[in-house]
Amino acid sequence: MEIPGTQHLRDKDFTSKVIRAINSLAREINKPLKLMHVCGTHEHTIARYGLRSLLPKNLEILSGPGCPVCVCPAADIDKAIELGKRKDIIITTFGDMIRVPATNLSLAELKATGGDVRIVYGPHDAIKIAIDNPHKEIVFFAIGFETTVPTVGYEIVNGPPPNFSVICAYKLIPAALELLISQSQLRIDGFISPGHVSTIIGLEPFKIFSDAYRVPNVIAGFEPNDVLLGILMLLQQIKNKKFETLNEYSRVVKPEGNKIAQKIINDVFEPVSSPWRGIGRILDGGLAIRPEFEKYDADKKFNIQIGKSQDIPPGCSCHLVMVGKISPPECKLFRTSCTPLNPIGPCMVSMEGTCSIYYKYH
Amino acid sequence: MSPKNISSEIIKLAHGAGGVLQEELISFITKNITYKNVNKGIGVQELDDGATIPLENYDKEIVITADGHTVYPLFFPGGNLGTLSACGTINDLIMMGAQPLALTSIVIVEEGFKFEQLEKIIDSFNFKAKEAKVAIIAGDTKVMPKGTLNDMIMATTGIGIKDKNVIVLDNNLKQADKIIITGSIGDHGTALIASREGLNISTDLTSDVGSLLEIYNVLREEINNNFIHAMKDPTRGGIAGALNDWAKKSNVGILLEEDKVTLKRQVKAICEMLGLDPYAIASEGRALMSVDSDKADEILKKIRSTKIGKDAVIIGEVNSNHPRKVLLNTLVGGTRFVDMPIGENIPRIC
Repeated sequence: MEIPGTQHLRDKDFTSKVIRAINSLAREINKPLKLMHVCGTHEHTIARYGLRSLLPKNLEILSGPGCPVCVCPAADIDKAIELGKRKDIIITTFGDMIRVPATNLSLAELKATGGDVRIVYGPHDAIKIAIDNPHKEIVFFAIGFETTVPTVGYEIVNGPPPNFSVICAYKLIPAALELLISQSQLRIDGFISPGHVSTIIGLEPFKIFSDAYRVPNVIAGFEPNDVLLGILMLLQQIKNKKFETLNEYSRVVKPEGNKIAQKIINDVFEPVSSPWRGIGRILDGGLAIRPEFEKYDADKKFNIQIGKSQDIPPGCSCHLVMVGKISPPECKLFRTSCTPLNPIGPCMVSMEGTCSIYYKYH
Repeated sequence: MSPKNISSEIIKLAHGAGGVLQEELISFITKNITYKNVNKGIGVQELDDGATIPLENYDKEIVITADGHTVYPLFFPGGNLGTLSACGTINDLIMMGAQPLALTSIVIVEEGFKFEQLEKIIDSFNFKAKEAKVAIIAGDTKVMPKGTLNDMIMATTGIGIKDKNVIVLDNNLKQADKIIITGSIGDHGTALIASREGLNISTDLTSDVGSLLEIYNVLREEINNNFIHAMKDPTRGGIAGALNDWAKKSNVGILLEEDKVTLKRQVKAICEMLGLDPYAIASEGRALMSVDSDKADEILKKIRSTKIGKDAVIIGEVNSNHPRKVLLNTLVGGTRFVDMPIGENIPRIC
């Protein structure tokens, strides 16, 4: 099937056609199917447009660890909170990071009790705050995947003001996917891979999944019909027993990715073994600032000391939700003691978190 | 330790944002009030747009609303704090089915605030009241020391009058009612977000802030005949907040059609770019109405004959499926719940 022009991406008639094709393939395949996406924005699109209500019964869409806010370990937030307690430090970060509960507090609670925590749309806003406040230290709490890394890298190579530094909590998606595949009990029939991340890193890092692990893989965009077309392209592979990495989002994603952005990432950061909240330590699962730029590394600059941190509170099943082992209602806290108002685990607090989206739209 | 049944020890910004947390704050403040109404009128326990005092030996009742107004920035595309204060209070009276009569105004300013700015705000307040033929009959002023207030806030009381037998209430939705919105949604909140510093969004979007009196005037007959069962201006919490409130208080289900809900192109673009939900964003010159299904087309026609209501549409209906919930048939044909917003509108990361 041809990839549609953008006018079709929210078109109901086009949706009906794709759904008919999905239904017919799912009938032919005739077995329970589990597809997994690993992106908060994919989950958002699926829930926002009620796509699960349109899909065949034997097709389940699992939500993988694709929410950068959810997988950010409590220890990193604890560090930001520790720094934010100092009167001479302004903490800057993305909006949905501030409500995430860490070991004792969230950044929102720190703000309400007098800490200077500011929501920014990107590191460039933080740089502006640094220029405007030369007598304060501005710490950008950097979370996210490959998509948002180049923005910080760009600022660092261009020499930010000396009062600017970064808590680097960046994570890398392919390493997490590989860990998921290697957990054999999950049996995922296909991956809907994230279009944003692929825009930066291209198709190559995802090919290992189709080539070596023999799991069909489609890079998909974020409009409702993008996601449905991605699902259709996976079912076609499953039916024909093919294992390829295909690109549904070719209007944005180039096979080689964005070379300039990749160079910035490699110049400023290096892959490190990194803890993911709820999943554990993943080899090459995160990024650290290279030693030559360590004056911008808040961890080194301030030598932050924190106590023992707690990622998953007792009773919370976020670690199982995050890897698609259970769906939110299977957690005994879901909707009872854990709600968006009183989030217990990270998946409920982030707007991209599986539990929060499930609560909002189901 | 936080007080019993309260989600946190401290009041957060989200407690003022029209969602679940705001309900918590209001219930915390109002739970120990001893006398909650007068002459069996609508009182604070109803948590409606206002209250009523039925007049003994008359067929009329007084309608009263109280409103605090804070906005940042004070001057925004399409209006300012003064416009917002006058229109918001007048609209709250109308949403109870009342004819607005008078306002009181409390002005609290920070030391150092400029007279020039105060004048602009007060001029707008007075102008909007005059336009609606509403008197400003009392007020108060306070000046706070520098640093204890951000520029200026206003507080108002609205006083109106209505027939006792006119019932326009949040708990009055009836099966098969049609849901009308009098124009596009989210213009006010989105215009404000776009005009805040640091975003560098260049847009011609203006706030929809305005008085709904024109709509009240063309619908007097329908209001007096009780064909309009509920009215609400979807301010904080947007239509998601307002409709969920109705569904809960009236114990009904509401089904919306996404392709009927009008979003201005700028609102859609800014919300998508910033990851905001337009259904949870404030309008300041729109009304939601739940109306008798037989009269819906006639009512819609009358609303559309006004300037402020020319883009009115029917966006859904009341049913008995999923009581106390709001459902949405999405653009591509899926179905989902529209939930009560939690608190502040916070942009998503990517």
